[in-house]
Amino acid sequence: MQRIGVFICHCGTNIAATVDVKAVAEALGREPGVVFSTDYQYMCSESGQTLMRDAIREHKLTGVVVCSCSPRMHETTFRKAAEKEGLNPYMVEIANIREQVSWIHKDVAEATEKAIILGRAAIAKVHLNKPLKAGESPVTKRALVIGGGIAGIQTALDIAEAGFEVDIVEKEPTIGGKMAQIDKTFPTLDCAACILTPKMVDVAQNEKIKIFSYSEVESVKGFVGNFKVAIRKKARYVDEEKCTGCGICTEKCPQKKVPNEFNMGLDTRRAIYIPFAQAVPKVATIDANYCTMMKTGKCGVCQKLCGAGAIDYKQQDTIVEREYGAIVAATGFNPMKPTQYNELGYATCEDVVTSLELERLMNAAGPTAGTLLRPSDKKHPHTIVFVQCVGSRCDAENEKGKPYCSKICCMYTAKHAMLIREKYPDTEVYVFYIDVRTPGKNFDEFYRRAVEQYGVHYVKGQVGKVVEENGVLKVQASDLLSGEQLHIDADLVVLATAVEPDKSARSIATMLTASMDTNDFFTEAHAKLRPVESPTAGIFLSGVCQGPKDIPETVSQASAAAAKVIGLLAKDKLTCNPCVAESDEMLCNGCSSCEKVCPYGAITYTDKEFRGPNRTTLIRRVASVNPAVCQGCGACTVACPSGAMDLKGFSNRQIMAEVDAICKM
Amino acid sequence: MSHDKKQAALDEILRSSGVDVRKCMRCGKCTATCPAFDEMEYHPHQFVYMVEKGEIEKLAASPSIFKCLSCFACMERCPRQVEPAKLIEAVRLSVIREKGANHLKPEQVPALLDEDLPQQAITSAFRKYSK
Ligand SMILES: Cc1cc2nc3c(=O)[nH]c(=O)nc-3n(C[C@H](O)[C@H](O)[C@H](O)COP(=O)(O)OP(=O)(O)OC[C@H]3O[C@@H](n4cnc5c(N)ncnc54)[C@H](O)[C@@H]3O)c2cc1C
Ligand code: SF4
Ligand code: SF4
Ligand code: SF4
Ligand code: SF4
Repeated sequence: MQRIGVFICHCGTNIAATVDVKAVAEALGREPGVVFSTDYQYMCSESGQTLMRDAIREHKLTGVVVCSCSPRMHETTFRKAAEKEGLNPYMVEIANIREQVSWIHKDVAEATEKAIILGRAAIAKVHLNKPLKAGESPVTKRALVIGGGIAGIQTALDIAEAGFEVDIVEKEPTIGGKMAQIDKTFPTLDCAACILTPKMVDVAQNEKIKIFSYSEVESVKGFVGNFKVAIRKKARYVDEEKCTGCGICTEKCPQKKVPNEFNMGLDTRRAIYIPFAQAVPKVATIDANYCTMMKTGKCGVCQKLCGAGAIDYKQQDTIVEREYGAIVAATGFNPMKPTQYNELGYATCEDVVTSLELERLMNAAGPTAGTLLRPSDKKHPHTIVFVQCVGSRCDAENEKGKPYCSKICCMYTAKHAMLIREKYPDTEVYVFYIDVRTPGKNFDEFYRRAVEQYGVHYVKGQVGKVVEENGVLKVQASDLLSGEQLHIDADLVVLATAVEPDKSARSIATMLTASMDTNDFFTEAHAKLRPVESPTAGIFLSGVCQGPKDIPETVSQASAAAAKVIGLLAKDKLTCNPCVAESDEMLCNGCSSCEKVCPYGAITYTDKEFRGPNRTTLIRRVASVNPAVCQGCGACTVACPSGAMDLKGFSNRQIMAEVDAICKM
Repeated sequence: MSHDKKQAALDEILRSSGVDVRKCMRCGKCTATCPAFDEMEYHPHQFVYMVEKGEIEKLAASPSIFKCLSCFACMERCPRQVEPAKLIEAVRLSVIREKGANHLKPEQVPALLDEDLPQQAITSAFRKYSK
């Protein structure tokens, strides 16, 4: 018989306001095997833990039940405290009477009854608990960063700085992400390229960092400390080792009519291209969808010209297998393409552009060499209308937009308005806003400068309609403060469209078994206290893939993620969860059901000798579980038709005992 | 109007329109969109706000309810699914019903016709009840 101690936590008033904690302590004190039962204000506090440790000593407890918050919060706290008194940590069980009771019930009598029932179930389980010992698994001292925007770049640089190897997998031909496309950056207005490209060069030159550009993650296996990742290097038809980045091919390729995605399709590039002058790696890529050689077998100009002999029309995708201890998701975002808003004319009028398109139209390396000319007739626009919140802040039921505030557009719109007024004082600039949201260091000052110093017309209202008539964009809008409907003849309309997570993020999350919210942003392990970790061990989050943010915030988070990765890679061994599956060889019939369901590949089969009747020997195929690989998910225990598979710490008997305790009233 | 009556009028408009006025974030897209803006005393976003404040009587007395074209552009474009036109229609219908016994004889109709009178009410009804 166990000697069990029960501790009921008040959690301040979090639990005590809804659950009669004294009554729970008293009721559970009468359960068989319980030799000590009490309640306390904060069990997790230093004095709460001391209370528990004293009781373990004085009452010679062999098992402990803490009725408190979710085990996700403090199971480790209480287990560590018990361990200090020489009790096996796995002899401590938590009954969650906060999230599962006090926070979701209103009626005190009902809540108290439920708390008692959950306490009883935990006691029933402890009766069957056995001391468990955690094993160890080694840590592969290399990290993978998926996505090479400013987030991935910063994370990789910081990890490499600590002396660990890092691979960056970037699906585009170059790293850099959206920041490489931006002209100047708020709040200081320094040129994006001037602060980004030196970092890109640092990445290229760092011996610890390996860039897999034009590559995608194909599959992820394993677990924290021991991931095995297959990376698909897409055929770029140019040998990366040989290409010197001279660019002669990109000048001479006769196929000139390819929409240039780096310039948001505002101009064209060749079929063989280097996205921009400072690309890293600076290697050409052939766009097979447009290359005449690929399509008709005739051309070969680039191959003839390439002095390095780098062109290889027969190149195939290759798969590289790499091992990692930690993985960082840094897949970033894309601004929404607002084609669903017919009234705003994006799909029909060339001079209605998105903010990122405007960045290219203002960038010295952009399609207009930095002179702001509107796309339709390449004339200088004199009246420009900006519309904020396009596709952001919509009702959850709204099919066209996103429910969240995209966070960066108020600031970049103020930036655009200011830069335009600075460079072209003859331009009238209107900004239609719902609210101007500029929290951040020097942010509101920045926006006020746009109004006070640069005379940008900020109008509280929205644009309802944009139609083009003879080259003029007729803008109909509301001015809510004056109660007017405005009609503005504009030359250019700029839409600050919502931030959307990269479309590929969902499949990455699935491969990583990392959770996402309904908007496809990665979810943090804890919104406040673990903001750069995914709930899945060994997976970390960096940049906009976790939620909208600007560059300063992205970089801070990227460094924070790196710190977490370094903390993990610095360990030689990780303690494994001892609650792993185990098969009973006497019951196992070798049917392979468990192997098929195990998501971690932890189960193998061996032929073993068994003693048969009448002194015969039988060879039987039986399952065995690799405890370093098993994550204790329990899928095999459910799949096993002969009941041979069981999970340590969550055995079928223990679970049935809990169910019995709950049902027995 | 007594407080109770005012509340009852408000409840009735909210019930019959099915609109949740609290969802409005006062962006003004409805008013930016509205083709009848110039004819109106109160504009779609004001409608929403006035209903929120319970000013049904004021709205019912305003000719604006008959100036709305029932084009439903404001409903289509409202990013928060507030759908102001439904409120306008609810107020309009309540006014029409107020007129009481609708046992008009056909010959009385021509005399009552008025340039402003609601073709839009009919249009609206059709649009609402089509499949
Ligand atoms: C118009 C505009 C103006 C802005 N102006 C400013 C400004 O002035 N100041 C400021 O602070 N911020 C500004 N920002 C915000 C800034 O762009 C972001 O904060 C920053 O780019 C976020 O970096 P990131 O690395 O998280 O994402 P990204 O820049 O999107 O980078 C993500 C990278 O991951 C890659 N990737 C995605 N999925 C995969 C995959 N499955 N496998 C491999 N690779 C993948 C992408 O190709 C990309 O290279 C602006 C944004 C916009 C739209
Ligand atoms: S082979 Fe293809 S990429 Fe090379 S020059 Fe010809 S069209 Fe351009
Ligand atoms: S940041 Fe500003 S423009 Fe962007 S969605 Fe939020 S409020 Fe709208
Ligand atoms: S339905 Fe009425 S209020 Fe709404 S936009 Fe049309 S005319 Fe204006
Ligand atoms: S469009 Fe919708 S959210 Fe915006 S002011 Fe009108 S009713 Fe309110």
